[in-house]
Amino acid sequence: MDKVMSNKTVVALFVLPSLLLIAALIYMPIVLTGFYGLMKWDGVGKMTYIGLANYKELLRDSLFWNSVKHSFLLAVFSALSLLVYLLVALILSAQIRGAGLLRKLYLIPMLLSSVAIAQLWLKIFHPTSGILNRMLVSLGVEHTPEWLSDPSIVLYAIFIPILWQYAGFYILIYYAALKNVPASLIESARIDGAGPWRIAFAIRIPLIAEIFKVTIVLAVVGSLKYFDLIYVMTGGGPNGASEVMASYMYRKAFSGYDFGYASAIGFFLLLICLFMTWLIRKATAGKETIQYS
Amino acid sequence: MKSGKALTTAMAIAVGLTTVLAGCSSTEGNSAASGTGGSGGGSGSSAGSKVTIKMMHLWPAGSSATQNKIVGDIIKDYQTSHPNVTIEQEILENEQYKNKMKVLSTSNALPDVGMTWAAGYMEPYVKGDMFAPVDDLLQGELKDKFVKGTTEAYAFGGKTYALPVELNIVPVYYNKAIFAKYNLQPPKTYEEFKTIVKTLASNGVTPIALGNKDRWTGSLWYMYLADRIGGPDALKKAIDRSGSFNDPSLIRAAQEITGLVDMNAFNKGFNGLSNDEGKTEFMNSKAAMYMMGTWELPNYTTNKDVPQSFKDQIGFFKFPTVDGGKGNVDSWVGGPGVGLFVANNSKVKDEAKKFVSFFVQKWGELAISEAGVIPATKVDTSKVKLPQLYIDLLNELNKSSNLTLFADVQMKPASAEVHLNMIQALFGKAATPEEFAKKHEESLAKEAGK
Repeated sequence: MDKVMSNKTVVALFVLPSLLLIAALIYMPIVLTGFYGLMKWDGVGKMTYIGLANYKELLRDSLFWNSVKHSFLLAVFSALSLLVYLLVALILSAQIRGAGLLRKLYLIPMLLSSVAIAQLWLKIFHPTSGILNRMLVSLGVEHTPEWLSDPSIVLYAIFIPILWQYAGFYILIYYAALKNVPASLIESARIDGAGPWRIAFAIRIPLIAEIFKVTIVLAVVGSLKYFDLIYVMTGGGPNGASEVMASYMYRKAFSGYDFGYASAIGFFLLLICLFMTWLIRKATAGKETIQYS
Repeated sequence: MKSGKALTTAMAIAVGLTTVLAGCSSTEGNSAASGTGGSGGGSGSSAGSKVTIKMMHLWPAGSSATQNKIVGDIIKDYQTSHPNVTIEQEILENEQYKNKMKVLSTSNALPDVGMTWAAGYMEPYVKGDMFAPVDDLLQGELKDKFVKGTTEAYAFGGKTYALPVELNIVPVYYNKAIFAKYNLQPPKTYEEFKTIVKTLASNGVTPIALGNKDRWTGSLWYMYLADRIGGPDALKKAIDRSGSFNDPSLIRAAQEITGLVDMNAFNKGFNGLSNDEGKTEFMNSKAAMYMMGTWELPNYTTNKDVPQSFKDQIGFFKFPTVDGGKGNVDSWVGGPGVGLFVANNSKVKDEAKKFVSFFVQKWGELAISEAGVIPATKVDTSKVKLPQLYIDLLNELNKSSNLTLFADVQMKPASAEVHLNMIQALFGKAATPEEFAKKHEESLAKEAGK
């Protein structure tokens, strides 16, 4: 077996099919997207090469930068909410009653499709018949917020279902990681007199630091390219108040018939995601990693 | 948020595409409805070789039940008389339909027969040689069958690229019971209209149902005001660049919109509600008025899911005239709705054209008697028994002095997008009437310069 595996031709033969697949399905579209970004193209007729004009216009497009800002806000909120998820996972893993049931309950939003979630929250946010405003009215609030049509709050209103949707996913990851922390370590800490908080901060959290880094990358990059709930619930409106990069790109391509420009946005989005991944890796790398045993 | 590596995740366009394709997967095949046509098994006794025509339309059984049924009936009919032809339907909801058209045309895979909107919407497809001219049909058996002015909206450079099936005008529907309760009469002038709005609002009744997340819904209000204040040509000229959005009458129309918003004329949170959500307010008798195209007529006449007691309460009035305005009360916002096109690269172009011709004629008969919508073909109404509301509107249509085609259809896609955004901004008071005009000017000038 070793002999076969050291034969370069054989190795190449094994690797080649998947390499070709990845190239065709992942890298080709990326290159093509960058290429379309150089074109003036309505997506139907002929393409005309216009060089970097789309990219230059992108830099001056205030609507685009608005959407970039919203995307980054979402990324910040997602990253911050990771701390909450971590806290929940810590509590769940501390052998409380009904932890199993709670874990399943938290995971349910993750199992629903985005469109179903959007419909659910559209009902909740409905300005007159929604449960949220009905509660406020019964509490005596006279001017209830118009959650999805007030430009100053729509963005934050829409973050709630997004963060809610993914809560279970991250809690489950943390929970699984925390369960992997050897019980012997915690037990000896407890014998040495450490309380639950001390154990959490000195042992359990440091031991899952690697997982935490991974989830930050997931949350940030995921937020930057986020699309579905926003598209279904507000379509980026009213008047761009909840527009994010992906919804803006979609709008340019499918409503504005400016495929070239949308491709430029897509390519830019790729660069930002790559850069953020690199940045997070850089910021969290090099620190001493704590090992078990 | 859920998937892994940055590279794979950032495949930007894919995000859009996946959503569209996911949305499109609900294909409803209706092939081989008449036994002889489809399933290419046994050697057919039918004349000619077997032909399959793919058709895509936007009347799902859920939201457009009557229209959906009629299409099914027409297809069944056609397949019976042409046993060698099978017609496969694909049905999508409005917005998804537009998206799928876009994706299909990019890969040059449009259905043999499909639906398109007129003017600006179809221009990219016509320029891209995606649609086949259908003038031969218009010269042939369809000669003089269409209401004047309908096919013109589908013509470019002297050739017609689609045949209209609908003709729509936009009245203001109102709830007679609510009006009676507050002693109100349908308004003749805009001042009267504003008094009605004030009376209703001060009594805690929502005057007007509006779902402006879809944006074209708000555009209807702007278009009427523009017409009544500036006359039938002001908006048309501003769009074709012989005029300008800085025209004082067009700016005043925008001001009137902000005025209505200030009077709480529309239901709460309208900018975050879809048209269907906004409509619910009217259908639940919570709002007194609702402005919408005549495609809503079945809900007030023939739709069996709507209680008769509600249908009896619904009347309509024409958008009132504005004092000192140039517009006439018989000038309507409306025009042909969707039309049927034949794909230029269709392998069965001739058969598809024959089917389209059959479809529009048959549609003309059935749309009136069964769906209660107004077809684009001329019809003899004396033979069928029709709901009064429908007859009244049809009579109004015959009297109409002008039809203003929907603004977002008149404009090319990029400017239409700006227009719709600015409508939402205007209603949400995120833009002043002057900014509203300026943004339109910028976009239209840019597009004209290209």
